[in-house]
Amino acid sequence: MRLTALLVAALTWLAPLPALAQEAAAIVAENRDMIEKPSRQTIGPVISAIAVSGDPMADDILSAWADKRLVIRKSDDAMFLAAPEGDGFALTDLDGSTAGNAAKGDFTELKPNAGVRGLIETALVQFTLSDPDPARRTAALTSIARDPTPEALEPLRASLATEEDPALKAQKERLERFLTLRFDPDPAARVTAIESLAGDISLDTRGALNPLVATTRAAFAGDPAGNVARTLAVGRDLTEAEAYDLLVAANLAPARLTLEEQRAALAANIVDGFVGGIPVAELNMQAARDRAYTALEAAGTVPSAATDDEAKAALAAHRFFEVFVEPDATVTTAATATLASIDRKVAAMQAADLGLDALSLAAIYFLAAIGLAITFGVMGVINMAHGEFITIGAYTGFVVQLYVPDYTLSILIALPLAFAVTFAAGVAMERLVIRHLYKRPLETLLATFGISIALQQILKNVFGTQARPLTAPGWLDGALTFNDVVSISYIRIAIFVLALIFLGFFLYLMKRTRLGLEVRAVTQNPAMAASMGINPDRINMLTFGLGSGIAGIAGVAIGLYAKVTSEMGADYIVQSFMTVVVGGVGNVWGTLAGSTMIGSLQKVIEFLNPSNTLAAQTYMILFIILFIQFRPRGIIALRGRAAGD
Amino acid sequence: MTRSFFARNPSALIFIAFLALFTLAVTLMSEGLGAGLISTSFVKTLGKTLCLCLVALAMDLIWGYAGILSLGHMAFFALGGYMIGMWLMYARTEEIVVAALSQGGLPATPEEVQQGIATQIFGVVGSSDLPAIWSFAHSLPLQLILALAVPGLLALVFGWLAFRSRVTGVYLSILTQAMTLALALYLFQNDSGLRGNNGLSGLQNLPGLGQTSQDLISIWFFWASALALALGYLTLNWVVSGKFGSVIRAIRDDEARVRFLGYPVETYKLFVFTLTALIAALAGVLYYPQAGIINPAELAPIASIYLAVWVAIGGRGRLYGAVIGAAFVSLLSSLFTSGRLPDIPLGPVSLNWVDWWLVLLGLAFVAVTLLAPKGIGGLFDRFQGVIPPDRKGAPLGPDDGSLQEQEAQQ
Repeated sequence: MRLTALLVAALTWLAPLPALAQEAAAIVAENRDMIEKPSRQTIGPVISAIAVSGDPMADDILSAWADKRLVIRKSDDAMFLAAPEGDGFALTDLDGSTAGNAAKGDFTELKPNAGVRGLIETALVQFTLSDPDPARRTAALTSIARDPTPEALEPLRASLATEEDPALKAQKERLERFLTLRFDPDPAARVTAIESLAGDISLDTRGALNPLVATTRAAFAGDPAGNVARTLAVGRDLTEAEAYDLLVAANLAPARLTLEEQRAALAANIVDGFVGGIPVAELNMQAARDRAYTALEAAGTVPSAATDDEAKAALAAHRFFEVFVEPDATVTTAATATLASIDRKVAAMQAADLGLDALSLAAIYFLAAIGLAITFGVMGVINMAHGEFITIGAYTGFVVQLYVPDYTLSILIALPLAFAVTFAAGVAMERLVIRHLYKRPLETLLATFGISIALQQILKNVFGTQARPLTAPGWLDGALTFNDVVSISYIRIAIFVLALIFLGFFLYLMKRTRLGLEVRAVTQNPAMAASMGINPDRINMLTFGLGSGIAGIAGVAIGLYAKVTSEMGADYIVQSFMTVVVGGVGNVWGTLAGSTMIGSLQKVIEFLNPSNTLAAQTYMILFIILFIQFRPRGIIALRGRAAGD
Repeated sequence: MTRSFFARNPSALIFIAFLALFTLAVTLMSEGLGAGLISTSFVKTLGKTLCLCLVALAMDLIWGYAGILSLGHMAFFALGGYMIGMWLMYARTEEIVVAALSQGGLPATPEEVQQGIATQIFGVVGSSDLPAIWSFAHSLPLQLILALAVPGLLALVFGWLAFRSRVTGVYLSILTQAMTLALALYLFQNDSGLRGNNGLSGLQNLPGLGQTSQDLISIWFFWASALALALGYLTLNWVVSGKFGSVIRAIRDDEARVRFLGYPVETYKLFVFTLTALIAALAGVLYYPQAGIINPAELAPIASIYLAVWVAIGGRGRLYGAVIGAAFVSLLSSLFTSGRLPDIPLGPVSLNWVDWWLVLLGLAFVAVTLLAPKGIGGLFDRFQGVIPPDRKGAPLGPDDGSLQEQEAQQ
């Protein structure tokens, strides 16, 4: 600040404007007494006279004054701007010419109090607003936006005409409207400013408009005073207790006796085992306590408090309103209307944002489930260790990042490596366990669960229980932002693209390759396929390995946006099965439909009940259980021979 | 046909005799009534194990006999525990609150007591109102009825929905797993009315028995658990040994054929599902006062999978197999996870049993499924000289998943 002022001083010294240069100095000279001993009440006109003088030095004089750098030489009472340099001061004359250096001891510093400094700062706003440095102008705008005051309005308007930077000019106009709608003395100007904001969904607009429609609740004996928003009916809009509290707060009725106070008062008045003529042992009912308190009231030992009847009468005698804090009705009406139009637009944008969120969640579920759709949907083998294959994929990514520090390269290595590792694990599992259980699906489920328990614990033992990071490359940081409401992070877009690639890959593999043909043949009739020269064992092994390998790649993708723990796969396993079952077994389009439905459903439930994502999952599972009632074979059910049974 | 029940089912007599001997032995060695050879906490562990054996019996009926692999029965177990836990916690807190309020000079009014209890119980989740589901918590009989009615009704509705739409096999397993997951997630919320993930605690303190030592209470619960297990065993043995048992075994082996013979398959399944849920809930009612604490993690899907593991290792399709499996695996599990076993040094690394027990269990489970489908119970066949006819392992029914010949008994 000080350095900039010095810089500006130096600049003005290089290009002095003699005609005006004397003016600020002259004003200072005229008002020497008031400047030396300023008072908040009277100094205002002097400060504004300096500020509006048009003298380039006015800015420096005022900021020096506020910074306690305006000094007076003890020997001849001459006034200078001082900048500390070494042990002394570098002096500048009030007209901007340098005046050499001098020791500190020769000068008295002017020390205006906080109130006066506040006035000076406000006057300085107009200089910063038209400062040649755009960064300072931006800073000034930010500080006004953060703490809007009525005083900032005039300088802001004045600086609009001279602003040349189009971006800053737009920002200034926007801020001017925000200030106008709050502080302009003319209601018509405020209404115009409010209406000009219709349809603007940014957060700061809503932040500027919302205070205008803030309300308080109030109770009135007769007609309401102020700008009434709406009438409140006791029992419908507010409870009787709330209404009575309003009356008490407005000193329109005596406070009610709380149960604790009653208890304390009774306990304090126990006389020989009796309170107000009632034995203490009988005071275990509220009715008896009320009687005892009334007796004490009658005796005058306790203060009287409102009884239920009195409270009812007081409520009946008063009316309750919501009153706008803003007194001007035209302004509140305009603001309400504008906010309503903004709200409609925000709602539409939120729906769009929700749609994007739902799509990206659907992509994640699709990725997690597509491997399962192959093993479960195509082969009919249930693999409960699928979740652990996802985890293994994510840990593979983590280990690769330990050795390859470049994040882009490491992800490119991790994706095929994760596929290879989980492919191998899947093939091993198929050969060792699942092959023996093809005709016994329940046993397959249990055996793979045993493997799942063991794998999860092994991963926990090896990698520990704390979450491991899997860092996305830098170019995936940040989010694609459309406006203040709609945005989506690049990682989610990447996952979405990955899901699309897998969909294409899967379709190509099943419909266009020899392997896909053989897989479909073995699925439909293993014996016939075998008699045609296809080796069902080999096909089953490859298919299972493929499903597991895709789980590994999904693990890398999921690990990019969630922490990698040994339990991360288990979190997805039930949802993945649900996705496959809801979508329809044995059909990749079904998996797509299932994941889209479950993803959107979860997002919608979360939106309706934002505080509680656990409840969202509960309701979603309930929905799925009910859904299966109506479409037991899923959204896209296979028909005819392909359906098997 | 006039032979007595025990003559037809010698294994039941042997089981009851063994259980009675075991109960007597534990009582004589306990701290409460006997020589004090085994600690009170171990008596509790044994009592809890008996409850787990009871729920394993239920699992065996539904899986081993009816062929329905339910992965949600621990949800009924935990729900029973929650219901009894509500009464235990309410009544215990009531005692404390009444004692605290009578310090003030005036006897407490019912409203004050209610408010005090609500604040005590729900302060931890930031609420001071008693949720509506606690309306009956003041009364032991009502809450006991709820402890059976809530899981029973849930099983009835869920089973009706599932069986009605012919959800079978692995689909049903996944669906039951989803049910217990949904319940667990629901209970994890703070505003579920059951204290969120704090769960219910202090259940080992019985209301009105503040002076009685835990040594004695643990023995009482041990007896109750043993009695429940004995009654459960006899009931289930009676159920499976009659015509009903034949029908549900037939459903397991060939559901379609039983349906075409005119039996209402869905009703049979629904009855078995609900009956086993009730038994599981009863086991939960006895288990959680001994455990002392219940929280939503008890409903996690993995708990029900362990239940299936016990029954599979013990040997499904025979009731004593389920009991042996549950007792064997859960006792072994508490031994291995206690941290008292020494590590096994293996060169540079040492094998910590707490860490590697689950790996061992998982792999043992795979091995049992693959190599010994009869589980530990198969040893008894060998002992008795029961050798199944060798039909090259063909399945007994045409369905995928129907019992294989070599794992069928007798």
